[in-house]
Amino acid sequence: MSSHAEHHSGHHGAGHHGAGHHDHGHGDDGHAHGTLGSYVIGFVLSVILTVIPFWLVMDGTILDKNMTAMAIMALAAVQVVVHMIFFLHMNGRAEGGWTMLSLIFTLIVVVIMLAGSLWVMYHLNTNMMPIHDPSQLP
Amino acid sequence: MIDTSTVATHPLFGRLTLESFPYHEPIVVATFVAVVLGGLALVAALSYFRLWGYLWKEWFTTVDHKRIGIMYMVLGLIMLLRGFADAIMMRLQQAMAFGGSEGYLNAHHYDQIFTAHGVIMIFFVAMPFVTGLMNYVVPLQIGARDVSFPFLNNFSFWMTVGGAVLIMVSLFVGEFARTGWLAYPPLSNIAYSPETGVDYYIWALQIAGVGTTLSGINLICTIVKMRAPGMTMMKMPVFTWTSLCTNVLIVASFPILTATLVLLSLDRYVGTNFFTNDLGGSPMMYVNLIWIWGHPEVYILILPVFGIFSEVTSTFSGKKLFGYTSMVYATVVITILSYLVWLHHFFTMGSGASVNSFFGITTMIISIPTGAKIFNWLFTMYRGRIRFELPMMWTVAFMLTFVVGGMTGVLLAVPPADFVLHNSLFLIAHFHNVIIGGVLFGLFAGIYYWWPKAFGFRLDPFWGKVSFWCWVIGFWVAFMPLYVLGLMGVTRRLRVFEDPSLQIWFQIAAVGAVLIAAGIGAFLLQIAVSVWKRRELVDRTGDPWDGRTLEWATSSPPPDYNFAFTPMIHDNDAWWDMKKRGYKRPLGGYKAIHMPSNSGTGVILAGISVVLGFALVWYIWWLAAVSFVALLAAAIHHTFNYHRDFHIPADVVVRTENERTRLLSGQV
Repeated sequence: MSSHAEHHSGHHGAGHHGAGHHDHGHGDDGHAHGTLGSYVIGFVLSVILTVIPFWLVMDGTILDKNMTAMAIMALAAVQVVVHMIFFLHMNGRAEGGWTMLSLIFTLIVVVIMLAGSLWVMYHLNTNMMPIHDPSQLP
Repeated sequence: MIDTSTVATHPLFGRLTLESFPYHEPIVVATFVAVVLGGLALVAALSYFRLWGYLWKEWFTTVDHKRIGIMYMVLGLIMLLRGFADAIMMRLQQAMAFGGSEGYLNAHHYDQIFTAHGVIMIFFVAMPFVTGLMNYVVPLQIGARDVSFPFLNNFSFWMTVGGAVLIMVSLFVGEFARTGWLAYPPLSNIAYSPETGVDYYIWALQIAGVGTTLSGINLICTIVKMRAPGMTMMKMPVFTWTSLCTNVLIVASFPILTATLVLLSLDRYVGTNFFTNDLGGSPMMYVNLIWIWGHPEVYILILPVFGIFSEVTSTFSGKKLFGYTSMVYATVVITILSYLVWLHHFFTMGSGASVNSFFGITTMIISIPTGAKIFNWLFTMYRGRIRFELPMMWTVAFMLTFVVGGMTGVLLAVPPADFVLHNSLFLIAHFHNVIIGGVLFGLFAGIYYWWPKAFGFRLDPFWGKVSFWCWVIGFWVAFMPLYVLGLMGVTRRLRVFEDPSLQIWFQIAAVGAVLIAAGIGAFLLQIAVSVWKRRELVDRTGDPWDGRTLEWATSSPPPDYNFAFTPMIHDNDAWWDMKKRGYKRPLGGYKAIHMPSNSGTGVILAGISVVLGFALVWYIWWLAAVSFVALLAAAIHHTFNYHRDFHIPADVVVRTENERTRLLSGQV
């Protein structure tokens, strides 16, 4: 399907006004492609970022439970960035900046949703009637 | 998978039994008989006139964005009739059920009706209409030959139809949800709604949601990648801008709906406890999540309509749109802000003052860019030569009506006021005021505006005016009493009433609903009359309104390829600019045009999805498994289809364009 779209949009340029404009073509919008080196760096970083959480959990003594959970989440976030840079080839120039723009929008929306939901639900909890522990009932 | 101690399932028919058919409800049986007779008449007529092959080849399998757009509009119109039938039944019930009268609808039926009304009107009327107009107009406005992914467009449409079909099936097989249109748990959980209603709701929305999300991706891609040369972002027509923002909202918010409904179905099907009352579940989390989708959803509906009003106002005032840049920025600001207000739908759920005031203030802020738009339209009209054709009449009616709805909205944004008005008829009046007075009036403006483009003749103005006045007056008569009732404390979704002093207001509202029915009738009559008189109403120029944007540069209806030559854009009113500079249509040098081929796969995939949804609703596990495998197989099979494109030969283009030249020169 995507190859179809390329054909299709590419064809626009072949109209009356000649091939003087390449706005639709696919060649000029800065498709980044990785090199062997960048793929290797990405792979190694991913492996490291995956091994550390496993090591933290399997050893179990390095950090306490909460800190381990935090560390895993932080490493996962770094892992996401590594994938975006080395495997999805995202940077400020790819696709004429659209990739970066959509990433920023996604981040804004995700942050609003996560932070908002946590805030809202936490607030609801604090306003709830105190929960009686059933085991304490007579 | 299911706790079979509560539900008996037959290995072959799941929980579908003879008792599942509502033959004991006379209203449903009568409707069923009418639908069957009407359906048989339609099938007979199509067979008699040998139209099946034509429909299949030219319409059902089409990948042409114009035809898909028209099919979306047909879907929206059909579902409008269903949704309105629900509405007028409710109005009648509420006008009758006083002084010990039970009305004519039992609670079981009434609860399904108000749920179905909301679900259908939002998902299967407003959404198809909006998507249909975007589909039809956006590629033409940006000078493209189709959308980025033409087959995907066809598939998206049929998935939307699939969802609608599943809802219609629920009318005659089993029942629909009795939970209200957002199916809040715990009521929608298996413990309190063990029947099929909520399952129909879930699977209908999931199937249609696939279509909506994919069409959002498709249109974003089209607008970003396929604009004619010279059309920078700030030279895009406003309707294209609002469509872009709407589709961004669709892509960013529909996955939330999908995920929320997945969690709800896990609760219902495999016994998880995301939204249950016990074992750590939180029904309030569902309310929170569904409104993170739900609030952007209302902007998904209204933004494209703001675009329509912008096009109509500037065309019929004969002026450039006042404040184009501010219009674009207002749209973008609304896009972001629409994600920051969702809590105003549940101020009363128990958050503290800080949360409620934050969301109250963001809600009030969102009225600023919206107000800026109203002033932009007014200033566009100011000192313009206004032509009060039907699209402009709807626009003026919108401005007068929508402002009232907007102001009651700001009133509801004040949390203490909301504590009084929450879930009252005041709220019902408010959102009908903005959805009918905003979205629907705008859709009518758009339909009247672009109809000549799509079919080559105008709609008959007399019946259009009858429809217009019936709709506008009917709206005010139907919903102003609801404001009054809401202020007096009447809550929504009630079936019977005790206080006889309220009855007069419900009776007035019922009169309003009858007027709206007359408006719908006049609209249908208008289409019939216009088709009948199409030779009198014909437009040969392709530009009947002295338009400003690119869609008016081509013929009406446009050829399959839209534009023989891709235009160059120098101004944001591209066609106006071309006309002003004395643009001459090129009369030669045509080339073969590369186009996408039709495909029946969309119909097949959506059909299998409906079977899958039906099987899941009724716990017919073998059928669910078979249809799921079939779905995958059909999708994979389609990847081996190599007949995806063809060329319209140059001589066909020459013939089409010469015909246009002949029409333009008036030698008919």
